[in-house]
Amino acid sequence: MSAGTLNLLIGLAMGLNLLALASSRLPSLIRAMSLQGGVLGLMPLIMEHEALDWRVVTVALATMIGKGLIIPWLLRRAMRAANIEREIQPFLGHVPSLLLGAGGTIAAVALARALPLLPEHAGTLLVPGAIASMLTGFILLIGRVKAISQVCGYLILENGIYLFGLLLIHSTPLLVESGILLDVTVGVFVIGIIVDRIQRAFDSLDTRKLTTLRE
Amino acid sequence: MITILDLILRLAVWLLLAPLLPGIINKVKAWVAGRRGPPALQLYYDLAKLWRKGVVMSTLASPGFIAGPAVAWVALTTASMLMPLGPTGSALSFPGDVLLLIYLLALARFCTAWAAMETGSAFEGMGAAREVSYAVLAEAAIVAAVLSLSVQTGSVSLVTMLLPSAGAGAVLLAAGLFTVLLAENCRVPFDDPNTDLELTMIHEVMVLDHSGPPLAAILHGSSVKLLLFAVLLVQAVLPMRELPPLAAAGALLAGVLAVTVGVGLVESLLARLAFRRVPLLLTTAFLLCLFALLVAWKGGAK
Repeated sequence: MSAGTLNLLIGLAMGLNLLALASSRLPSLIRAMSLQGGVLGLMPLIMEHEALDWRVVTVALATMIGKGLIIPWLLRRAMRAANIEREIQPFLGHVPSLLLGAGGTIAAVALARALPLLPEHAGTLLVPGAIASMLTGFILLIGRVKAISQVCGYLILENGIYLFGLLLIHSTPLLVESGILLDVTVGVFVIGIIVDRIQRAFDSLDTRKLTTLRE
Repeated sequence: MITILDLILRLAVWLLLAPLLPGIINKVKAWVAGRRGPPALQLYYDLAKLWRKGVVMSTLASPGFIAGPAVAWVALTTASMLMPLGPTGSALSFPGDVLLLIYLLALARFCTAWAAMETGSAFEGMGAAREVSYAVLAEAAIVAAVLSLSVQTGSVSLVTMLLPSAGAGAVLLAAGLFTVLLAENCRVPFDDPNTDLELTMIHEVMVLDHSGPPLAAILHGSSVKLLLFAVLLVQAVLPMRELPPLAAAGALLAGVLAVTVGVGLVESLLARLAFRRVPLLLTTAFLLCLFALLVAWKGGAK
């Protein structure tokens, strides 16, 4: 029962990856990312539903609030403050990036079968989901022009790493988990400020313009 | 004797029921918009009217202008004979008939595009080019869907493929097939059947210069195609075999009705997509069917 629900949730997260790749507007990209954060936050609760201790609950709650609410709010605020047009211009078109993402997801499922996993993890989609999310994050980082969509790529990449971390949920101290979450939140906070600065200095958020030198 | 009677009965069901579907779609659209709308039987009246009219032919056109719609209509009708109808099975069934179904649909499309090119009109050539380029992506999706059904059941015959349920990937498959249905039948997010502007038409512009009985054949053929896809979608998703025969027939009817109403709702609530956004939606449909294939494959391997 719990393995089935877990696989369903990870499948949902993989679907959200593809949605993020296909979305052509920033708000929908941010929505896909925050929904994925919320889904990931639910997972520790389902994995450990027999022996629910306060550490697991704290991690889950902090993830859901941090990734599902605070970070999207920060990004939307930065978007409003910097007055960005909401259309995403990709380096890599939507169809090629979607096909790449789907190919990556399939490759991740195939790769995870070849990996020497513990028997209790072999039946779940945890490892393929983690690899697929990281690949999606990379595609978004490489293939998008605007700084904010690259931040979303970075956050999806981090979601993938978090999925990997779920394999070790018992052995990771709470301090490490909360440290990662705090880092991510502060990172997004700082990026929000930087985005505003880039917008003022260059009149655009196109990261290609950052490579040209100016006096 | 029994087989001939069966065949005639099936032909009658397919050919007589098909024009009802566009009527239901138009009723749903009218209902959502708060209008009364045309009667649900409007297409029957149109077909009867067109059948009595003469044919206007361009001096440029070869006999292919008439032959195209005729061949397309025959191809679609034959395809409908291959499709099983719930508990009664299908009229013609042999291993590999699903391939014939896909090729018959492709033949129908080729003939419509061919007849469109016969007139030598620039608009019709443009419509044919659009129709065919969308079809490339839609066909990839439907081939993936058929493959996933075939992997799920381990057979290549429509009767055995469609009767069990599609298993764990049913939701993915339903979403993918519904999108393909909208694309193949030129419904709203891909094409607007009511548009008046030649530049934005796809299917409508291909049949712009047809008149009389050939136009009736095209209109009737496209309604048969809509019914064919609705039946395919419903039977691919619902577990027909587990139900008693009467309940299965009822479920099939209800499912087709639900799909038709769904098309009407999509048509009332969505605007058509910009042309450059269409490949993205069709790729999504292809991926949905592809992931259904993966789920079937992984589930079967266990």
